[in-house]
Amino acid sequence: MSPETSVAKIETRDLDFYYGPSRALKRVSISCHRNRVTAIIGPSGCGKSTFIRTLNRMNDVIPGTRVEGTILLDGKDIHSPDVDVVDLRRRVGMVFQKPNPFPKSVFDNIAYGLRINGMKNKRKLEAVVERSLRGAALWEEVKDRLEDNAFSLSGGQQQRLCIARALAVEPEVILFDEPCSAIDPIATAKVEDLIENLKKSYTVVIVTHNMQQAARVSDYTAFMMLGELVEFDRTEKIFTNPQNKLTEDYITGRFG
Amino acid sequence: MRKSTRKKIAQSIGFLALRAAMGLVLAVLFLFLYDIGRKGGGAISWEFLSQAPRRGMTEGGIFPAIVGTLLVTIITAVLAVPLGMSAAIYLHEYARQTRLTRLIRLSIRNLSGVPSIVYGLFGVILFVNAMRFGTSILSAGLTLGLMTLPWTITASEEALKTVPDSYREGALALGATKWQSIRTNVLPYAVPGMLTGTVLGLARAAGETAPILFTGAAFYLPYLPRSLGDQFMALPYHLYIMATQHHAIQQVRPLAYGTALVLIALVLGLNMTAVVLRYRLRRKRR
Repeated sequence: MSPETSVAKIETRDLDFYYGPSRALKRVSISCHRNRVTAIIGPSGCGKSTFIRTLNRMNDVIPGTRVEGTILLDGKDIHSPDVDVVDLRRRVGMVFQKPNPFPKSVFDNIAYGLRINGMKNKRKLEAVVERSLRGAALWEEVKDRLEDNAFSLSGGQQQRLCIARALAVEPEVILFDEPCSAIDPIATAKVEDLIENLKKSYTVVIVTHNMQQAARVSDYTAFMMLGELVEFDRTEKIFTNPQNKLTEDYITGRFG
Repeated sequence: MRKSTRKKIAQSIGFLALRAAMGLVLAVLFLFLYDIGRKGGGAISWEFLSQAPRRGMTEGGIFPAIVGTLLVTIITAVLAVPLGMSAAIYLHEYARQTRLTRLIRLSIRNLSGVPSIVYGLFGVILFVNAMRFGTSILSAGLTLGLMTLPWTITASEEALKTVPDSYREGALALGATKWQSIRTNVLPYAVPGMLTGTVLGLARAAGETAPILFTGAAFYLPYLPRSLGDQFMALPYHLYIMATQHHAIQQVRPLAYGTALVLIALVLGLNMTAVVLRYRLRRKRR
């Protein structure tokens, strides 16, 4: 199911996912395009977080899980044996639900991804740190406290720090797993503006339980329920003229 | 009586009981330390600490026993610290959580409850006889090392547990390998806890008598060991001899108390090191 004709940056075909015997995703096919924001919405437990975590194989670390079906990044199966999962995760970045800065300085947080890839040149690191913080609209607020512990930032700043940290390794796709669920409304607005900006350079996928947020930031919206994709279309279509009765009931707040 | 007043009284009684329990524990501890300090303090002198025993241990000092205990504790650490930490890292970070790993973990917990005399006998069979290390510092140190391993593994695993999974996931999501995420984003935060548990285990080992009884500790050696293959004197064993086996028990009683005081100071010192180490490392992370 693809509402756009161009080749997808990342897409799933008949994706099934199992936690042990229980099936969390049922034949989900979604394609996400370059320079577009794709939002995944749905009630709690519908599998939206599970879905987004399959895209960078983050679920691999959970024991007893199994994936069936195909996930293509630039047309290549990310589960094929010659794909290195470490390389995949560098290309497909992720921002988590709760801001998870490392207990290091602001600078070291951003530099982390570069350092583990062997970059030692201090001047280059400084350049990337500044560029990433600017990219996450955080530079002005933290430029004088780069050596402070990241925990001393506010929740919203911490989340933008995590975004900057993801940007620093120059991913191609950025996954947001409910990035605003743990921060206040003003910080949320900042993160939303940021996402709007990021799509100029990246493919963005965002999971959110906040329908207004999906309506505000995304170009495409997928509505999921009980592990199944119910409807996937242009965001304005989903919110103004949904084809499926379940979608309509959900976005009009008849259940949630 | 109003319900809220009753609840307040119940709370006061509860707090009082807790305070009394705490006070009792402290009182016993201080009484114990005071008694040993009072009776052993007189024996402590530079001579006592720096010289070998003389005249059938009725005179002189305990220097060889101090050196022996320190050497044996070093061997213990060399075996128990790297092996214990590595085992804990494997168990907590790498091993799949199956019935087998649960069984292994249960066994380790149980091993830390095995009486120390059993370790002593095991050490005789394995190190003294089978591996032909004889009764020596090496055999005794290795035996104590085996005894300390379950403690280091358990303490290290508990320390690893306190590092939030989000540190691991965050690193992985940036393209770190599993080992990179552990080395750079888990271990630095777990090491203070790991060290604390380990040093406490070592302090316990330093005070043990039973495991070294048959594996290397000597009754009376008025000189220092020259190699790891030598027998040695150790503080806890020396204390045991002075307190129960000596031919002139009444006469050497002050020396026994002095030895006890030195042993306690050593163990407390090690424990304090653990506390200071943890505090320092924690502050450095901030």
